[in-house]
Amino acid sequence: MVNAAVNRAIQTVYTMWLREMIRFSRSKSRIIGALATPLFFLVILGTGFSSSFQVKGGGAFDKSYLAPGLISMAVLFSSLMGGVSIIWDREFGFLKEILIAPVSRFFVALGKAIGGVTTAMIQGILIMIIAWLIGVQYDSIWGILAAMVIMFVSGIGFIGLGIALASKIESHEGFQMVMSFLTMPLVLLSGAFFPISNLPGWLKALVYANPLTYCVEALRFFLLGHSTIPISLSIAVLLIFSLSMIALGGRLFGKMRV
Amino acid sequence: MLYAIETSGITKHFNEITAVNNISISVKPGELFGLLGPNGAGKTTLINMLSTMTEPSGGSAKVWGFDVQRQAGSVRQNIGMVFQGTTLDDRLTGRENLDLHGRLYGLDSKTRKNRINEVLSLVELTDRADAIVKTYSGGMMRRLEIARGLMHHPHVLFLDEPTLGLDPQTRLHIWEYIKTLNKEEGVTIMLTTHYMEEADHLCNRIAIIDHGEIVALDTPEALKNSLGGDVITLGLENPDDITRLCEAYQKNGCANIVSRKMNEVFITVKEGERQIPHVLALASKAGIPIQSVSLRKPTLDDVFIHHTGRAIRDKEVTEVEKVEYKLRSRRK
Repeated sequence: MVNAAVNRAIQTVYTMWLREMIRFSRSKSRIIGALATPLFFLVILGTGFSSSFQVKGGGAFDKSYLAPGLISMAVLFSSLMGGVSIIWDREFGFLKEILIAPVSRFFVALGKAIGGVTTAMIQGILIMIIAWLIGVQYDSIWGILAAMVIMFVSGIGFIGLGIALASKIESHEGFQMVMSFLTMPLVLLSGAFFPISNLPGWLKALVYANPLTYCVEALRFFLLGHSTIPISLSIAVLLIFSLSMIALGGRLFGKMRV
Repeated sequence: MLYAIETSGITKHFNEITAVNNISISVKPGELFGLLGPNGAGKTTLINMLSTMTEPSGGSAKVWGFDVQRQAGSVRQNIGMVFQGTTLDDRLTGRENLDLHGRLYGLDSKTRKNRINEVLSLVELTDRADAIVKTYSGGMMRRLEIARGLMHHPHVLFLDEPTLGLDPQTRLHIWEYIKTLNKEEGVTIMLTTHYMEEADHLCNRIAIIDHGEIVALDTPEALKNSLGGDVITLGLENPDDITRLCEAYQKNGCANIVSRKMNEVFITVKEGERQIPHVLALASKAGIPIQSVSLRKPTLDDVFIHHTGRAIRDKEVTEVEKVEYKLRSRRK
């Protein structure tokens, strides 16, 4: 009896994951677009910055500095998108097919989250590889593996946030607003594009309140070997963020009506 | 278990509006049962409550022996549902849609494979199975949805307006599939429709619904026979004569007045062909000039008019429909 329930839960999660994978593999233009943007940032901003600026207190301000931020940005975009895509499922009716199935809503949401985090990680890893190909040096293989774990944890958090928003937003116009009002501030206030050690107080407060900051800092630590925020703090914040967001997303999705 | 579907006093309020009012019906296993009524009559609300998509405000219902509120999971496992709009993933192929459905309902890989081929051939989609759903026509999508609803061998299949928006030829095709699967798979089917011909052609029994209540329930034949024979339509020169004419017929007892509209009176008589002269003679005896006469077999439309005083096609917007529209547009 318990076994059957566990099997059913795994099957549900796997089914939702499989769907995301099939859809992802069919949207090649989306993948290329998602890779092109950070690549431009990396090459153009990286070159432009390094020819004019230096990090206060030493260190180059170049594409290596930007790489963790751009990986975080890709993970943020694609995982938030993965969660919010529930809005599309509602618009096009597929959500009804899921909601009427004799399966737990929680595992449906979890499957969707794991599917979304997989696509987010694929994109993050591809950018990591591209950055390496154009000359960014990583610290160690263990650092790279740890960075993937960070991508996973952060991705789950942002998907949870996306699912929670999708359960509350009633239209796809609302979705456009969320994407611009949420993603841009998150990226700009994260330390992806500037060092966070010498900021004025108000900006520092905003940056430290932003979960993406801890993702960028943790990736910087594992990939490049240095970070402003201690790694233990980054990991703790990301874990708490992730768990609370997936709990919130699962809860709101469970209450959602078609 | 005596009944596949059994409701007792099931009711649904949306705020102050009652969409479904105290409906009690019983559907036997294997029946093809129709809910016929105009848009906004409460058909979809009723079917949504039976399929656990909407919580009833009052009363109770059992589907395949399970309570729709307390045993929703078991109800879901035993029913198939084809919603009014499309609920397919249009980026996936037909086969992938069916496969995902099979997985969600816990079918193992071998069962899924066999069943997919079975249901695909039932709705004649085998050769388009591996095309992306986006490229399907409306009729093909509807057929795929019906196939998907059958994937997990449900005991009860709900079809909400299965032929809405389809061209007449496709509609005939869908009718054939519905009949076939009712017969060959032995599935109990409950469908909603506002097409009289559809209900008449397909259903073993029909519940006519208006303003959330059942106004008549029987086999199509019995419903039509309840009007008491053939329908004679009399066109009058002067609408003021209608009341007098009706009185004359009622006094004579030869005909039932079914309804009246403007300057027309609809009456039913047994063996209409023989009775026309008698009917006309009565009118001229009363001194009422008749302009036109026509004779036909009764339709479900006549039954609906008889019970509600208006045609099913009169597209009046009901309160429920307004609320549903508001709810829908708020989301957009």
